[in-house]
Amino acid sequence: MASMSVRRTAARTGQYLALLCYLVFLAAPLLWLVSTALKTPQEMARLDPTWIPLAPTLGNFAEAFGEQDLIGAAERSLLVALASAVLTVAIALPASYVLARYKSVLNRIALGWVLVSQVFPFILVIIALFMILRQFGLVNSLVGLVIVHATFCLPFVLWMLQGYVRGIPRGLEEAAAVDGAGRWRTLASVVAPLLAPGTAAALMFAFISSWNEFLFALILIKDPEIQTLPLVLVSFTGPEGVARLGPLAAASLLATVPSLLFFAFIQRQFKGGLVDGAVKG
Amino acid sequence: MRTRAAKRTRATAAAALGTVLLLSGCSGTDPADEPMRYLSLAWQTQSVEANKRLVEEWNEANPDRPVQYVQGSWDNVNDQLVTAFEGGDPPDIIHNESPALTSFQYRNYLADLSGDLPESLRSDIKDEAWQTVTIDGEVVGVPLLQEPQVLIANADILKEAGVRIPTSEKPWTWDEFAEISKELTVPGERHAVAWPLDNAVNRMLNLSLNYGGTFFDIGADHKVTVKVGDEEREVVRRIHDQLYKDGTAARAAVGMTASDPLPGFYAGKYAMVQGGVYTRQQVTEQAPDGFEWVMLPPLVGDSAAQGATSQTLSVAAESPHREDAADFISFLAEPENQVDLALGDWLLPTSQEALKAPELTTAKNQWDVATAASDNLEPAPYLQVAGFDEWKTRVAQPALQEYFGNRISIDELARRLEEDGNVVMARYETK
Repeated sequence: MASMSVRRTAARTGQYLALLCYLVFLAAPLLWLVSTALKTPQEMARLDPTWIPLAPTLGNFAEAFGEQDLIGAAERSLLVALASAVLTVAIALPASYVLARYKSVLNRIALGWVLVSQVFPFILVIIALFMILRQFGLVNSLVGLVIVHATFCLPFVLWMLQGYVRGIPRGLEEAAAVDGAGRWRTLASVVAPLLAPGTAAALMFAFISSWNEFLFALILIKDPEIQTLPLVLVSFTGPEGVARLGPLAAASLLATVPSLLFFAFIQRQFKGGLVDGAVKG
Repeated sequence: MRTRAAKRTRATAAAALGTVLLLSGCSGTDPADEPMRYLSLAWQTQSVEANKRLVEEWNEANPDRPVQYVQGSWDNVNDQLVTAFEGGDPPDIIHNESPALTSFQYRNYLADLSGDLPESLRSDIKDEAWQTVTIDGEVVGVPLLQEPQVLIANADILKEAGVRIPTSEKPWTWDEFAEISKELTVPGERHAVAWPLDNAVNRMLNLSLNYGGTFFDIGADHKVTVKVGDEEREVVRRIHDQLYKDGTAARAAVGMTASDPLPGFYAGKYAMVQGGVYTRQQVTEQAPDGFEWVMLPPLVGDSAAQGATSQTLSVAAESPHREDAADFISFLAEPENQVDLALGDWLLPTSQEALKAPELTTAKNQWDVATAASDNLEPAPYLQVAGFDEWKTRVAQPALQEYFGNRISIDELARRLEEDGNVVMARYETK
């Protein structure tokens, strides 16, 4: 009995240790970013780098925030990322339901096209895209950027969500219909709550994709007054891989905060097993 | 219930409409009514400040033809520009470097400024610098800043070893450098030199002029042929010897970018690092207290000549503000403004008047040695080669990496540069 308890304790300790190692592995880049942001240029150039800055300084933050409009750029990035995420999911949700629930040749072609569209590198379409957007007056416009981000995020989100829809047993919808619920009522009261984790994951994916996106923003945005955060971050880098690491780390730290907050805000939606045991058999 | 739901729907619709209006408010207007856009690649604090200050100064003096400062980045400027040119919406004033101009001119993206620049500016900049921006007889930019290749050394190590410290009047020859490198190397502890060779094509080509290596033959019919003879092999062979024969150069640095060896340099693992004159900025900022460094004048082979490229300012051919843009460039290139820009980037101005400025001839931070090095700069031969960019990335870069990684011989290097290179050149024969 005692030996079983010891074994259980050892196993539990091992599990926690493994978890701790995994956490350290995940957190290390962020901690390194914090550490770098607080170091002087001299300390950053040491051959034996330290995790804890020997002479912590806020100089990098002062330099980064003094030189570039980081807050304004972050606000614009936030606006674009939120709008892109909402637009993407708003289009993908009904489309994914139709793709998952209605079997037709057209749907199969649509799904095939969604997959094929992921094969093309973005750089191939960039000039054509630029010219089309220019015709509609959407170059140098955050609206244009939102549309582009949503467009390029849509295939993956669509694919992801139709997988979630397929995971909801049809029997639940049929049961709701038997109970007298109409189509809209079934969608709103049965399907939508069960799709919440998938929707949250899709929102998260679309938000982060847009928040980090650089190439389209670089090509489409001309006016410094409407530059998004990735465009501002790159101004701390020079030719031949040389960068001003301190200000870059300080500014990059700011760039990680909204993603973390957004994740913290919607993480409650991430739960599994909602449909376990919902239907017999 | 219904009222509450309706209110919520209205609130959501209002929020969505607000967002769209807010975003739409940021849309662009007719390009002809917009200010001139100046795409600047300045990235060091002082340089960004100097550029922004000069733009403000211009705007105060010229309120009817304002300039808007747009921050760009060296990393992806050419992708950005190609898209903007092809899409018909390029910046009016473009900061770049001369090697990139050839391929832009090949596609007629840049304006010929021959008739738009004042004589005072034309005569203040040496012909050698003008040649870096003159393609097929057209002046497609104004050369602004240049960068000689130098060695930066740990002064204490040189003193301890008792070696001759070179001066601008009596620099080291490559032979002397090889011999001194042996004296400075302490096996297992210290290498004499770190050559960061991750992205070394331009540097190798520029340094090869020391022995007359040009790498390209341009015929009377403008046909370009790659050639790698004895002159072209000399510098790369000497560096390879330091790495694998003498053991005086650090092999670890082969895969490094320009600033990567600096921590090892400060820690005394390398007595010298090779880099451009701007490396001084990083050394002054990062070196530990009490670290004594010295910049050595360029090495001498058959001559001290080095291929030079320039940072340039060009005007887009499609710009509706062409004359005003040329005036703005002339303003930035005025000697006193070039001094500010050169100090900001730790590079050398092309203006002969600017080179005489006290700030650029002082011994502080070795500006005197850097400025003296400008005498050796000659237009890099590859600047006239339309397919250079492709040759560089698809042929020369991988071949040089393999050679400096000791995976291919110098004969194989030469074969690849020539044979594979000439296939690339053939594609650019007709314009």
